[in-house]
Amino acid sequence: MSKRLFVKGNEAVAMAAVEAGCRYYFGYPITPQSDIPEYLSRELPKLDGEFIQAESEIASINMLLGASAAGVRAMTSSSGPGISLKQEGISYMSGSELPGVIVNISRSGPGLGGIDASQADYFQSVKGGGHGGYHIIVLAPSSVQEMYDLTMLAFDLADIYRMPVMVLGDSVVGQMKEALVPHKRPETELPPKDWAVRGKGDGEQRVVKSLYLGDGELEAHNWKLHAKYLVLKEEECRWEDYETADAELVVAAFGSAARIAATAVIMAREAGMKVGLLRPITLFPFPEKAFFNVTQRCKKVLDIELNTGQMVEDVRLSVVGDAEVFFYGRPPGAGSLPTPEELLEQIKKYY
Amino acid sequence: MRHDVFIAGFGGQGVLLAGNLLSYAAIIEGKNVSFFPAYGVEKRGGAAMCTVVIADGNVGSPVVGAPSVVIVLNQTSLDKYGSKVKPGGVCIVNSSLVDTAHFSRGDIEVIPIAMNEIAMSLGDARMVNMVAVGAYAAKTGAVTLASLAEALKEALPERNHRFIPANLMAIEAGAEKIPG
Repeated sequence: MSKRLFVKGNEAVAMAAVEAGCRYYFGYPITPQSDIPEYLSRELPKLDGEFIQAESEIASINMLLGASAAGVRAMTSSSGPGISLKQEGISYMSGSELPGVIVNISRSGPGLGGIDASQADYFQSVKGGGHGGYHIIVLAPSSVQEMYDLTMLAFDLADIYRMPVMVLGDSVVGQMKEALVPHKRPETELPPKDWAVRGKGDGEQRVVKSLYLGDGELEAHNWKLHAKYLVLKEEECRWEDYETADAELVVAAFGSAARIAATAVIMAREAGMKVGLLRPITLFPFPEKAFFNVTQRCKKVLDIELNTGQMVEDVRLSVVGDAEVFFYGRPPGAGSLPTPEELLEQIKKYY
Repeated sequence: MRHDVFIAGFGGQGVLLAGNLLSYAAIIEGKNVSFFPAYGVEKRGGAAMCTVVIADGNVGSPVVGAPSVVIVLNQTSLDKYGSKVKPGGVCIVNSSLVDTAHFSRGDIEVIPIAMNEIAMSLGDARMVNMVAVGAYAAKTGAVTLASLAEALKEALPERNHRFIPANLMAIEAGAEKIPG
């Protein structure tokens, strides 16, 4: 076993990117994610990589698009307003079927908002934040170890499905320090990047683009993307299931909120209540079947988020028809993080 | 065993370093830890606070509502967090800067320690955070003083390792204020 380190979630993301073979980073600083570029600006040059602090978020997402089109592993990271600026590029990458990892350590918004923990970017992340009707894979870590593990996974999923993957966190999982056991990049069979652009020379011409003007061409392309999203729903849903087997109420929460909710669930169990937790790890593809299965028996779901209700819509679409879905959330801002005691009160209210 | 603590003061008092130090000591002891900081955008003078959870098993929520111990290094922190201490818990107060005359909670133990005077007598008022950590470790047994000594090497950057002996004395001075 490797040594247990004590690191910030943001540092774990950067360490995992390096271990995953990412050698190209493009970004623009913004709190609360700046530890990621700080780490990579120090480490990538030593590995013959390239760290570029771009002139803007828009430039950095397009640099990611370019690096990815050339066939290398690359990433960018930002927060709230910066991720909004990147949406055009994410749409182009999705249309061009380009892999790439985008980390969003969300800020509270809207607008400039604040630097506190927030889950208000759920809609933007999972519903296609840019134009044109696409999806990206969205992973929601809830610990420093998961920040490491899921960042590593993000690079593999991006290459396997040829699409952007987002790691969605906030200042709780980004700024918090915990024990981390780093590990080697798992051996995964990856498809060859025989689509990557290259000098013309004697070989075939390769073009990476999202422009399809021929009759029927774009519709066919969209059906192809859609088919990929259906495969993702079948193959790549990930979630954590805690004490749901006999639960009379299941709490649904992701990321940092799930960490707080898990303790509330344990407190409820200690008080004799049969309560469980279902934590989506992939927000897209959303673990619909997990919610469907659990609500065949348990008819009460309490969805908890650090916003005024976003994932709850996907929960409602996933549960069995006669299950009741309740919601508790607080919009983000200084002093608005709920405590486990506060969530326990909500559990008692709906149990 | 599970220990949770708030450490609160103003920016510059070493609140975050104190939390880091405790956390590294727990890691050295093979325990699980979460360290969750909350501070203003100011470099110095703003409010600084961190939550540390140390557990043999899962640490659970890094956000805590009612901690078993609160360490307050300035008056604002007592006003803000003194009421949060779990009944039966402990409030370790830097009595050099904090007036507890109007703080009355019969359901917790209040331990006043003149941390600034102790730190200054050892050469530097900035070691107030070390005095606090020493007192906390002695009171709760969350980590040992030996682990804290070891942890100083991890928590302090290499260039500051020459201050380790002085910091250790401050930790011990804090621990001595807790009756054995």
